[in-house]
Amino acid sequence: MQWDVVIGLEIHVQLATQTKIFSGSSTAYGAEPNTQASAVDLAMPGTLPVANEAAFRYAVMLGLAIEADISRRSVFERKNYFYPDLPKGYQTTQLAQPIVGPGHVDIELADGRQKRIRIHHAHLEEDAGKSLHEDFHGMSGIDLNRAGTPLIEIVTEPDMRSADEAVAFARKLHGIVTSIGICDGNMSQGSMRFDVNVSIRPKGEDKLGTRTETKNLNSFRFMEQAIHQEVERQIDVLTDGGAIVQETRLYDGDTQQSRSMRTKEEANDYRYFPCPDLLPVVIDDAFIAHARQHLPELPDARKARFMTAYGLTDYDAGLLSSGAAMAQLFEDTVKHGKDPKLAANWLLGELSARLNSEDREPANCPVTGAQLGALILRISDGTLSSSGAKKVFEGLWDGEATDVDSLIEARGLRQVSDTAALEQIVDTVLADMGEQIAQYQQADDKKRKKLLGGFMGPLMKASGGQGNPKLFNEILRRKLDR
Amino acid sequence: MTISRQDIEKVALLARIRVDDQEVTALEQDLGNILGLVDQLQAADTEATEPMAHPLDAVQRLRPDVVSESDQRAAFQAIAPATENGLYLVPRVIE
Amino acid sequence: MHNKTVAELSRDLESGQVSSVELTRHFLDRIQQQDSQYNSFITVTEEQAMAEAEAADQRRQRGDATPWTGIPFAQKDIFCTRGVRTTCGSKMLEPFVPPYNATVTQRFEDAGAVSLGKTNMDEFAMGSSTESSYFGATTNPWGERRVPGGSSGGSAAAVAARLTPAATATDTGGSIRQPAALCGITGLKPTYGRVSRYGMVAFASSLDQGGTMARTAEDNALMLNVMAGFDPRDSTSVDQPVPDYTADLAQPLNGLRIGLPKEYFTDQLSPAMADAVQSAVREYEALGASVREISLPHANLAIAAYYIIAPAECSANLSRFDGVRYGYRCKNPEDLLDLYTRTRAEGFGSEVKRRIMIGTYALSAGYYDAYYAKAQKVRRLIRQDFIDAFDDVDVIMSPTTPSPAFVQGEKTSDPVTMYLEDIFTISTNLAGLPAMSVPAGMIDGLPVGLQIIGRYFDEARLLNVAHQFQQATDWHLRTPND
Repeated sequence: MQWDVVIGLEIHVQLATQTKIFSGSSTAYGAEPNTQASAVDLAMPGTLPVANEAAFRYAVMLGLAIEADISRRSVFERKNYFYPDLPKGYQTTQLAQPIVGPGHVDIELADGRQKRIRIHHAHLEEDAGKSLHEDFHGMSGIDLNRAGTPLIEIVTEPDMRSADEAVAFARKLHGIVTSIGICDGNMSQGSMRFDVNVSIRPKGEDKLGTRTETKNLNSFRFMEQAIHQEVERQIDVLTDGGAIVQETRLYDGDTQQSRSMRTKEEANDYRYFPCPDLLPVVIDDAFIAHARQHLPELPDARKARFMTAYGLTDYDAGLLSSGAAMAQLFEDTVKHGKDPKLAANWLLGELSARLNSEDREPANCPVTGAQLGALILRISDGTLSSSGAKKVFEGLWDGEATDVDSLIEARGLRQVSDTAALEQIVDTVLADMGEQIAQYQQADDKKRKKLLGGFMGPLMKASGGQGNPKLFNEILRRKLDR
Repeated sequence: MTISRQDIEKVALLARIRVDDQEVTALEQDLGNILGLVDQLQAADTEATEPMAHPLDAVQRLRPDVVSESDQRAAFQAIAPATENGLYLVPRVIE
Repeated sequence: MHNKTVAELSRDLESGQVSSVELTRHFLDRIQQQDSQYNSFITVTEEQAMAEAEAADQRRQRGDATPWTGIPFAQKDIFCTRGVRTTCGSKMLEPFVPPYNATVTQRFEDAGAVSLGKTNMDEFAMGSSTESSYFGATTNPWGERRVPGGSSGGSAAAVAARLTPAATATDTGGSIRQPAALCGITGLKPTYGRVSRYGMVAFASSLDQGGTMARTAEDNALMLNVMAGFDPRDSTSVDQPVPDYTADLAQPLNGLRIGLPKEYFTDQLSPAMADAVQSAVREYEALGASVREISLPHANLAIAAYYIIAPAECSANLSRFDGVRYGYRCKNPEDLLDLYTRTRAEGFGSEVKRRIMIGTYALSAGYYDAYYAKAQKVRRLIRQDFIDAFDDVDVIMSPTTPSPAFVQGEKTSDPVTMYLEDIFTISTNLAGLPAMSVPAGMIDGLPVGLQIIGRYFDEARLLNVAHQFQQATDWHLRTPND
């Protein structure tokens, strides 16, 4: 049987605020356990929440970026359940009146077509702490630094039909939230986490199948793998005559296995009700107008600009504009290195390869745009050969030096472009190559081009690799093409 | 309105309060009486009335995004039942 | 010395007639000698009080004293006090020593007041007799085996027994006014949002309000001068100017319009109580006020709405007591569920458990609309009744309680009879209005109170109305034995 796949996503985006959503504690990542958990975050008796303005500003910016309705009035509710990483015994979240209403994100499919993914809504809520499961004499340790970090949860309609579409959407959303600066996009630190709802149905069937939810995927790769696996699993179950159970599943990226969460489905009854410690949040037109005014460029607009302003191809512009960090790297490189095409080639070639091989995000790239720009300048002005440029790039990446020119000097990578010196080398080399010279001079134009290469090797060798190949070429032609 | 033993057991579990059989019996009576009292509400005509969550029609004030809290872990954990290496300890959490 | 009011003691301190050290010693001695009869204090902070008194005397000498500098007072054990155990009358918080101050506590500390200790209360402020305290019942100084009312029964009894000139208290459904009435003292519950709730252990967030207890209206005004004001740490605190509440005390009452709700003066009201209120009203007429009957059509639904809303909010507010971060934790929990269920079963008393369960039930799936949403709607109707009534009158008067202090144990077996104790007080909490109880007569040797309800933020008028009554009567000067 042929199956249709239906995918909807819920994405938890940690907002890049300085402080938590309901307290003045720092949200900085990586602090010692519980040193960023204040009395409010610890739910000490009598403590009260006060909502963070920036969380709402960011939420409104997201709403504008996805062309969503923005609620003038939103209400926090309490979602009640007991868990050690949830100090109050309820999560403060939005349910009936979320800050961001219906919107959409357009993705590009592999064949170049655009597809619109509808956003159902996005709501603000607080993150939970972390349970550390390493063994403390059979106990778990609870770190509440993360408790109260602002999240915006974005909920899509079930509009995606394959893992590729889901990943394309996820990447696009990542590009949007990082471009508008509301999230640092650091997936390995959990700044963006995906819950994937997957169901399948026989091709042509309208009715949705029973879905499962795979929670907390924190990389595009895991997301893709988890969807593939879940689709396979569901097909196997249905093909064997079984039924899909609506459940929450966990995917382990290391073992590439998913399993049903053992949470007693003991009727989770969250008993939502409006939080009496917080009042309705009213957003006025001025607040929205201000956010709109300060909304940074979105990936789609940036792509168009890269094409017109820098003459990039659709493909290159797409790759360079989708994420804020890569786009910034590109613009910095061009600013310092002038040649946009060369900048694009380096960023999408050497630099991207190195990022991939080290599994790094562009935001954590050790080479700055200014450095890469300086490198490109030295390629353009003939100071560096392409092999020399690669060596300089490696040196920059490995932190051998921060300045391109001093690296060139220290490593002796400067090309010799002194015509007189090069002529001398050519003369010396040609003196021993009478046979090849004769062969060359008897050949036709087409063949000559090929034979010319035979002289370059010895010339480069004689110049210790530092001769400017372009100039060697010119001198050779002048001397041989008589 | 009556409340059944099963209801009470379910509610007690949701509220994470252990109750024994004897307590369930007492609660059946007490909670039943209280629900009898609150059932008066059903007589009220609220067709055209919006729910009211707060006595004042105020709106939320938003706090500037500025760090105002410093590390007080030592003071907070001095009053905690069980901690180790800066972490609160609980019986093993199984996901 | 102990018969003097705060206003008098403040003048004595100012004139140097007495020092804070002497004053504090005197009240500490009275507590030590007499409180075994009443059990009005859970914790007496003798050493700290004497140190504060010395500091206050020094501050006075420096010339930067406030009216409160050096005045001893007591705090309901619901206000978090830095370094001083704060139990909320519960085993759950028996070991809890907060590392922070409630805003109310901080304001008294800043004013230089001397805290004598923490007063007894119904567990988590749930009760009307101060019998549900884990630390034993408080006894009414007016009658052996009589309850002082609740939940602020410790504060009321301590003021009535003149173990302290004044005490802070809280009122969620009558917890200031009812014990004030039963103990023959003056108490004020301000408008919701007038006094910060930060650091006040929450019972029902949308109803809780901190307030004042002392023997005279003037002293209540002095207390409110310290307590009232905006607090950026409480989202529900109101940013409105705070008047000097003593400024208008002397205003004559000519033209004051008093409303008497017909729903409160029915056959159900005991003749003795009706007489007491009527003679108080006649006194007001003699002072120049006019009286008319008004209607609060939904008054009979107040208790029902309250016993959904308050338990619902408390069921979430008390989830934080889970044995993880502070407070009581059961011995040797087998697993996480055991930790939660046993900690909460052992740490909470039976009334608290009942209310948590009623609230959990009312919010649970299938019941939300019938109970919680319905109660919220009725709440709006009740508030509208008051708003309409205040079109025609300036204050509303009623008995504070249906009867004088009852005998201990009389109402503990049936929660519902206990709940009916607050029949006259509860609706003002639902509406968020300010209200006072003023001593207004004696029935069988026991004091009874007159409730005066005012418009939003009209505390100054309430205090003026109460003060003028106290200039014309001496009920507030009556003292139990000695």
